[in-house]
Amino acid sequence: MTPPPTITVVGLRCRECGEPEDLGASHVCSFCFGPLEVVYDEDGIAARVSRERIQQGPASLWRYQDLLPVLSGDPATRIDLGTGFTPLRPAPRLGAALGLKELWLKDDTRNPSGSFKDRVVTIALSAGRALGMDTFACASTGNLANAVAAHAAAWGVSAYVFIPHDLERGKVVGSAVYGANLVSVKGTYDDVNRLCAEVADTKGWGFANVNLRAFYAEGSKTIGFEIAEQLGWQLPDHVVIPVASGSMLTKVHKAFGELQRYGLVDGDTPRISGAQATGCSPVAEAFERDSFDIRPQKPDTIARSLAIGNPADGYYALQVAKQTGGVVGHVSDDEVVAGIRLLAETEGLFAETAGGVTVANLKRFAENGVVGADERVVAVISGNGYKTIEAVQDHVGPTFHVTPALSDFLAQLDLN
Amino acid sequence: MPTVRIPTPLRKLTDEQSEVTVAGDDLRTVVANLNEAHPGLGERLLDDDGNLRRFVNVFVRDEDVRFLDGLDTKVGDGDVVSIVPAVAGG
Repeated sequence: MTPPPTITVVGLRCRECGEPEDLGASHVCSFCFGPLEVVYDEDGIAARVSRERIQQGPASLWRYQDLLPVLSGDPATRIDLGTGFTPLRPAPRLGAALGLKELWLKDDTRNPSGSFKDRVVTIALSAGRALGMDTFACASTGNLANAVAAHAAAWGVSAYVFIPHDLERGKVVGSAVYGANLVSVKGTYDDVNRLCAEVADTKGWGFANVNLRAFYAEGSKTIGFEIAEQLGWQLPDHVVIPVASGSMLTKVHKAFGELQRYGLVDGDTPRISGAQATGCSPVAEAFERDSFDIRPQKPDTIARSLAIGNPADGYYALQVAKQTGGVVGHVSDDEVVAGIRLLAETEGLFAETAGGVTVANLKRFAENGVVGADERVVAVISGNGYKTIEAVQDHVGPTFHVTPALSDFLAQLDLN
Repeated sequence: MPTVRIPTPLRKLTDEQSEVTVAGDDLRTVVANLNEAHPGLGERLLDDDGNLRRFVNVFVRDEDVRFLDGLDTKVGDGDVVSIVPAVAGG
């Protein structure tokens, strides 16, 4: 029997200066503008959470509800489109190509709207609903817009999704088709985000990644929880994660820490490495300089979903990489395309550009020994390839052009 | 005089005003004058070394001052200075 929703959250607190904040739709510390994070009822959780309770839960990320922000015991405030609990696929052919003995892929292309963003949206919208909101919104490089639009449609609520005007077609159509109000902004993602911060201030809508960010961010922990559960309640040696704002990387690390703290796994904290594209690599660039001082960049890369020039969690992502013995790397756009193709051709998995960034960085890490040949490695593939067809469409195509005559095909087959 | 847009978290220091006008021909001076007119704002924006706090973004004419001259960025009459918390991903 699925355990009923139980409240887990008691308040909010600034991650930077520790100032407490009232529970509500607020994401910045009133004092230092640092990010707010959720304060959990840790004693209550410790008394309740167990592997058995998790295993009794649904085949979705809500099985980890004891470790997620639940603001209400009312099931009507919870949306669940079956997000998460995505396959953790062994990748022997890609592993062999990269010289890695044990490689796994966390296949988040398999979420309702095609990316890991369904996780954070499930959590954010449920929290927003519990806080009494009925209009939702986001600032997005595409995947988040798709996820918010899809969830709003399934729940029958209003949504405004804000995107830069020049996003890939799959992402634009993949937001508009659900009927949400799609706001196309003449600017970069950073411009869109700033506009949304100001709209959130003015309209009070539930912006998944602005005023609901403290709850939203917790959703990425579920990637870490699932990796551990799917490995038989064990931790891998190394995890490679794409870096946009840096939120996913820091939250996967947090997830492993929580599993350890609540006695759900044994084992050492994995090394965690980040993957960026050279054309938007503020975190990788700071890592190269051995500095924690991130210099914002103006993004210029086909990896649009990672094109955050001024990443809010970049500083924390750097800390995690350094503390755990990982690195943050970057690769050229050509390598990104090669990464998408290598993944598809060796494992039958078609990922968007962020997936190409991850695989291409993993290839470099394997080549220079940052990822050890004997490590148990997990690479997170965050979004579906159909989102960014433009990136590969000029590089792949039909092998044969034939008429309907059998002889024509056979002749060409012989030639090949 | 330049206009400064104040985000919600700071409005309790400006009597709930979302926009204020202060004199100053560079950002450093504008911040100093803001603090004169609304005590306490200065320490929210600048750390003990007098640098912009990590999570504070300031835009002059819609450009992030970290791409311009930081606190030395020139500010003209009629320019809009926006104070916005750090950018989030999506």
